[in-house]
Amino acid sequence: MTGQVSTTRLIATTALLAVRAIRRHVLRSFLTVLGIVIGVFAVVTMVTLGNGAARSVHDQVSGLGANILAVLPGTATGRGGGGETPPPFKPEDVDAIRDPIGGVTAVAAQAQASATAVFNAANWPTTVNGTSDAYLDAQNWKLTDGRRFSDQEEQAGKSVCLLGTTVTKNLYVGQEPVGTTLRLGSISCTVIGVLATRGQGGFGQDNDDTVIMPLKAVQRRLTGSRDIRAIIVAADPAYDSAAVQESIAALMRQRRNINGGKLDDFTIFDSKQIADTLSSVTGMLTAIVSAVAAISLLVGGIGIMNIMLVSVTERTREIGIRLAIGAVGREVMLQFLVEAVVLSCIGGLIGLVLAFFTTLGLSALLAIPFVFDPLTNIMAFAFSGLIGVIFGYFPARRAASLNPIDALRHE
Amino acid sequence: MTGGISADNPEPLIRLANVTKRFGTGEAAFQALKGVDLDIEQGDFMAVMGPSGSGKSTTMNILGCLDVPSSGSFLFRGHHVEHLGRDQRALLRRRYLGFVFQGFNLLARTTALENVELPLLYRGEDKRVRYQMAMAALDKVGLGPWAKHTPAELSGGQQQRVAIARAIVTHPDVLLADEPTGNLDSERSIEIMELLTDLNRVSGITVLMVTHEPEMAAYARTIVHFRDGLVHSIERKAA
Repeated sequence: MTGQVSTTRLIATTALLAVRAIRRHVLRSFLTVLGIVIGVFAVVTMVTLGNGAARSVHDQVSGLGANILAVLPGTATGRGGGGETPPPFKPEDVDAIRDPIGGVTAVAAQAQASATAVFNAANWPTTVNGTSDAYLDAQNWKLTDGRRFSDQEEQAGKSVCLLGTTVTKNLYVGQEPVGTTLRLGSISCTVIGVLATRGQGGFGQDNDDTVIMPLKAVQRRLTGSRDIRAIIVAADPAYDSAAVQESIAALMRQRRNINGGKLDDFTIFDSKQIADTLSSVTGMLTAIVSAVAAISLLVGGIGIMNIMLVSVTERTREIGIRLAIGAVGREVMLQFLVEAVVLSCIGGLIGLVLAFFTTLGLSALLAIPFVFDPLTNIMAFAFSGLIGVIFGYFPARRAASLNPIDALRHE
Repeated sequence: MTGGISADNPEPLIRLANVTKRFGTGEAAFQALKGVDLDIEQGDFMAVMGPSGSGKSTTMNILGCLDVPSSGSFLFRGHHVEHLGRDQRALLRRRYLGFVFQGFNLLARTTALENVELPLLYRGEDKRVRYQMAMAALDKVGLGPWAKHTPAELSGGQQQRVAIARAIVTHPDVLLADEPTGNLDSERSIEIMELLTDLNRVSGITVLMVTHEPEMAAYARTIVHFRDGLVHSIERKAA
C-alpha cells in the first residue's frame, strides 16, 4: 500500500538516528568504546614501534655500506676447554685474502687492546683498535675533523690516532682534539682526526667508544705481539656474500692446514646474516606483542556487545515507540547496528590519534625512527568497524525482533 | 443492541467481521475476542469503553495493526489486512495511522521537534520538509515555541500534545489514542480532548480512543462498549 524507502536513504536516516542516540549518552558511549580505544591504541602502538625498531636495525646495517665479513679465530660454538687454543691470525693471512678472492673491496686487520685514555686531568677507559684506513673504508666510516692515516704512518706504525665521539666527549671540553697529544696507557699519541658518530651497534655496544691507531703501533706498543684479533673484509654488495664467505673459508683452511674431517678453527661472521637475524627477531617480537594487543581489541568488541545488549533492554520502550510509529524491523536493526559501528569507529579513531602521539613521543625517547604506516592505521580502523558489525549484530537483531505491544508495555 | 454491519454504508473506513483473538495454547489458552463485528466510518470520533479484560485493548491493538486476529476479517479502506506480515503492517502504520499513548511515550533527552520528526524520518522525508511538517504539527497543538525543549522540560499536558503532534505529523487517516488523558489532571484532560475534537472536526481525522472516563467519552460521536470479548453496545450521538 505504500513504497519502501530506498536503502541508501535508510542508512542515512539510521546513521542520523544513531548519532543522535550516541550524543544523548556521551559518557555511556565513551565507556562503551573504551575497550576499542585501548585495543586499537595498543595494536597500532606496538606495530609502529616494532616497525621503528626494525627500521633502526636496517638503517644501521645499510649505514655500514658494503657487506662486512669478520674472520675470527676459534669457533663460535666452542665446546669449551679440552682442545688447544686456535692459533691467531698473522699479517700474512690478511695479505693472502686481499688478492685472490673476487668481490672483496677492502681487507683490514684488527688488533685490540684496552687502555685508559688521559688528556689533561680527564681520563676515560676505552678500547684501542689497531687497524688501517681500509677498516674505515670497509665500514664506510667518515671523519668529521682531521685526516686519516698516511701510508707512511701505517707502514711505520706511528703513534697517531683517530678518536670516536664518546672518547672526545669525555676527554675534551671546549677544545679541538686534532693536534693534541693524549696518553694511552703508557704511550703518548697524537690525535690526527675525529670519527663521525656511529651510534649503537646491533647488540647495544657503543661503536663510538674507541680510539683507532695504525695496526703496527698497537701491536708493537700495546699488545706486544704480531697477533691479529680479527680480519675485517668488505664484500661488494653485487657479489653473493655467502660465496665470498666460502672462498675465504677455503683459503683459511688451506693456510691453517685444516683438511679431511677436521673442524674449522676460525669463524666468519657475516654482518648481513646478523642483521637478518636481528630483523627477524624484532619482527617476531612485534608480531607476538601485537597479537596480545589484538586480544584486547577483541575484548573491546565484547564490551560493545555487552553495553549494546543492556542498551536494547534499557531502550525497549523506545524500540516499541519506533515500531508503533511505523519503523520496520530492518530499520530498527540497522539503527542499532549503525550505532555499534559508529561507536566502534569513533573508538578506533580515538585509539589511532592516541597511538600516533604516543609512538611519536616514544620513538624520540627510544631513539628509533618514527615509522607511520598508513596501512597499519587503516587496517586497525577497519578492524574496529568490523568489530562493531560483528558484536553489534546480535543486540541489533534482538532489538528488531521485539514485539511492539510488549515493548510499549515494558517498564 | 449488539454491534453489527450497517447495511446503509457498504464500505466504511474500517470493518472488523467476526474477529477472534486467542492467546496461548492448550490449557492456558485465553480467548480475548470471541467474534467482534465493528464498522468505523471515515471521520468518526469513537470512544471504546469496557472493563479490563473485555477485549477493548486487544481490539485496539488489532485496529492499530500492532497485532493480527486469530480469525475473522479486517478491512481497511476496502483491503483485507488481517494476513499482512510484520513489515507490511509497519508500513501501513507509517502511512495511515497515528498513535497516542497514556504514558506519552516520547523519546527522552530528545527535543519536541526531533520527537515529532521521527515518523517523517522513517518515511524518508528531506530535512527541510521534516522541519516544516514537524513545526506545522507543533503549531497545531500550540507548542511551536517549545520545539527545542526536551520532554523533561515540559508538563504532562504539553508532553501529551507533543505526542499528538507526532501522531498527526504524517497526516494519518486514523488517530488511535489509548487512554490519552489517563495520566493528566481534569483541566489538562479537557485541553487534550478539545484538541482531539478539533483534529477530528477540522482536519477530518478519524479518532479511536480507549477511555475509562465517561466525561472523556462524552466528547466522542460514537461510544462502543466491550464486554467479555464482544461488542456489547454502540451508542451513536446525533450529528
